[in-house]
Amino acid sequence: MNTKEKQIEKNRGVEAHPADSPVSIHDMTVAYHRKPVLWDIDYDAPAGELIAIIGPNGSGKTTLIKSALGLIPCLSGEVRFYGELYKNVRHRIAYVPQRGSVDWEFPVNALDVVCMGLYREIGWFLPVTKKYKQQAMEALDQVGMANFAKRQISQLSGGQQQRVFLARALAQNADLYIMDEPFTGVDAATERAIVDILRELRSQGKTALVVHHDLQTVTEYFDSVLLLNMRLVASGPTETTFSSENLRKTYGGKLALLDQVGERMKLAVPR
Amino acid sequence: MLNNDSSHRVFSQIFRSPFRSVGICFLLIAFFLLPSVCSAQDTVFEKLPSTQEFLNVIFMRDYNTRIVLMGTTLFGLSAGVVGVFTLLRKRSLVGDVVSHSALPGIGIAFLVMEAIHPGGGKNLLGLLVGASVAGILGVTCTTLLKRVNRIKEDASLAIVRSVFFGLGIVLFTIIQGIPTGSASGLNHFIFGKAASMTSADVQFISIASAITIFICILLYKEMNLLCFDEEFASIRGWPVLFLDFLLMFMVVGVTIVGLQSVGLLLVVAMLITPAASARFWTNRLNRMLPISAFIGGFSAFTGVVLSALFPKLATGAIIVLVASFCFMMSLLLGRRGGVIVKMRSYFKLQKRIGRDDLLRAFYEVIEMDTGEASKDLFEKNLETNKVKIEQLLNRRSWSMKRVKRLLKSAVRNDLVINISENSYRLTADGIRHAQETVRNHRLWEIYLIRYAEFGSAHVDQLADQIEHVVDAEVLQELEKSLREDPTHLDIPQSPHPITHDY
Repeated sequence: MNTKEKQIEKNRGVEAHPADSPVSIHDMTVAYHRKPVLWDIDYDAPAGELIAIIGPNGSGKTTLIKSALGLIPCLSGEVRFYGELYKNVRHRIAYVPQRGSVDWEFPVNALDVVCMGLYREIGWFLPVTKKYKQQAMEALDQVGMANFAKRQISQLSGGQQQRVFLARALAQNADLYIMDEPFTGVDAATERAIVDILRELRSQGKTALVVHHDLQTVTEYFDSVLLLNMRLVASGPTETTFSSENLRKTYGGKLALLDQVGERMKLAVPR
Repeated sequence: MLNNDSSHRVFSQIFRSPFRSVGICFLLIAFFLLPSVCSAQDTVFEKLPSTQEFLNVIFMRDYNTRIVLMGTTLFGLSAGVVGVFTLLRKRSLVGDVVSHSALPGIGIAFLVMEAIHPGGGKNLLGLLVGASVAGILGVTCTTLLKRVNRIKEDASLAIVRSVFFGLGIVLFTIIQGIPTGSASGLNHFIFGKAASMTSADVQFISIASAITIFICILLYKEMNLLCFDEEFASIRGWPVLFLDFLLMFMVVGVTIVGLQSVGLLLVVAMLITPAASARFWTNRLNRMLPISAFIGGFSAFTGVVLSALFPKLATGAIIVLVASFCFMMSLLLGRRGGVIVKMRSYFKLQKRIGRDDLLRAFYEVIEMDTGEASKDLFEKNLETNKVKIEQLLNRRSWSMKRVKRLLKSAVRNDLVINISENSYRLTADGIRHAQETVRNHRLWEIYLIRYAEFGSAHVDQLADQIEHVVDAEVLQELEKSLREDPTHLDIPQSPHPITHDY
């Protein structure tokens, strides 16, 4: 590809990002240790909907959101949030990581964790004042955890820990919520609480992008799906896209050959 | 159980507050450590220090002691503070890499300075600059090595640490061979020699300590986030790399400061031990910092005092030993996960299990006696019926000794009344407890049969294990899933036959 063609390609890329879409991913390829795990993803998220990211283990669901948020560098492609680069609209996006990603023996209580969502607002050097603690308490109350505010986080159940993480994101009062497997390993009460919150967010016109693993609840919880298996299999409204045909494509044959090619590419690129 | 019981009460009285426990640590040091050290008097010490000497040291009457005490204590304080973040960031061994890597830096700095200005090689500031540069270089090397997939963090730390240290030793041997003869003091950096501190050194230590403590207080919130959830910090736009670098910079600072007082071999202990001890006293980071600083400062202070009183003891080693002693005490007495607290809650649970089992046995014996009769009669029987020890003995596989012990404790707690030598009756309190326990047990049995599809022959034992460890919240969930009205205290029939022989 010569320079001119590249330029045209780039221009086309910029145009391809609609400004009103909460997340718009264009031609994104991601590699772990130089082994590509996501190939050429193109996706525009519909605004004001609850969107599920679905795919088998190792299909790159977590990688997709992490690279969209800039935690993992992309080999190629670009991502826009509300038509802008992530760093310019950071305050409009809240992230709920997997529960297992932190050490829950850490010496803080539930309220402290929720306050962490407000650190950016508070700014450098300044302590967490009463006003922000109040804000954090409201977020904890929203997820039904106000009574556990002073509890050390290791003494919370798995579901309660997940709700604390959710509260940390809610405290931010963002427009787009990106959640990584919030329903994994939680009790029934937590699952209900999370679903209620998601619906509440939708009614406020907000968008949620949720990595989800329970196929049985997809149609009940989500308006839109994104089926992923190393590449984008299908995306769109749940009624039409969440079909057995698409599911077979997503879960059916493992893309053994694509995986192998990835391994080769890892060797071909000099360190 | 009586003895055990009262000893618990004594323990809980003694260790109610952390301050009191720290006080006990002091006493234990005084009564236990000192005499045992002094018993080696003949070989180690010519004479015991007089009271006058002791007071001189404690009140810092001697200028030299004052200098050393101040410098070392300040180092202890700052090491305690920085150590908390190092520990929580799971970078405990970075301090070790820094200190070991510093050795060749000291050697090279000495050689360079000696080359520029013969005889001036022992300029402390120059040596410490060399140490810092080499320390940072060492840490950078570990980070770079980690990038190679094949080498994991522990291996990279071990490799860098030993290579740098080896290089340092070689340099030191070369330096010893140089005829100028001014290299004599360099070895102090390896084992530390607090006594050689000058007031200029203390000035340097004060400034370095003040800077690190100030940064820790200023960036408390940011460091907290970095240590707890690095990814989240990065997503929220905090400069994770910069914060990590700053933390490393502080570790280097504290380590270099500590080279003089405890020496590079032991400096990592002062970074980690106070912080690890503090974790046993609190679940909050904002309290962990001052506690850790206190333990660090206290260890340093006590260590210097001890080695001033007994000049043949190496200061650095004594400081580290005092810190380790604090750690052991914290591990034992700490209110948050200390061994004694854990033992206490274990005994408490065992006691509750015994009580529940006994009351359930009472209930079931009376239930069997009453047979299929009306509910009113059964409730009356609960109040009036006498239960013999033999009957209770048949309910479970427990020994006569255990049943008697449990009965004794239940009588003391007013749950049952001893009527005649071998027969007992439930009190109103006892009936309430027994009903609760039986209900709880049977709800679990029903749940296990209905949802977990266990056979009715197995559920008794399974429910027995579950019922003691669940809290009210889980019980509510259970009631909800069994569609039981939580306000209604009805006790379901046992899903399996209750027989006389166990």
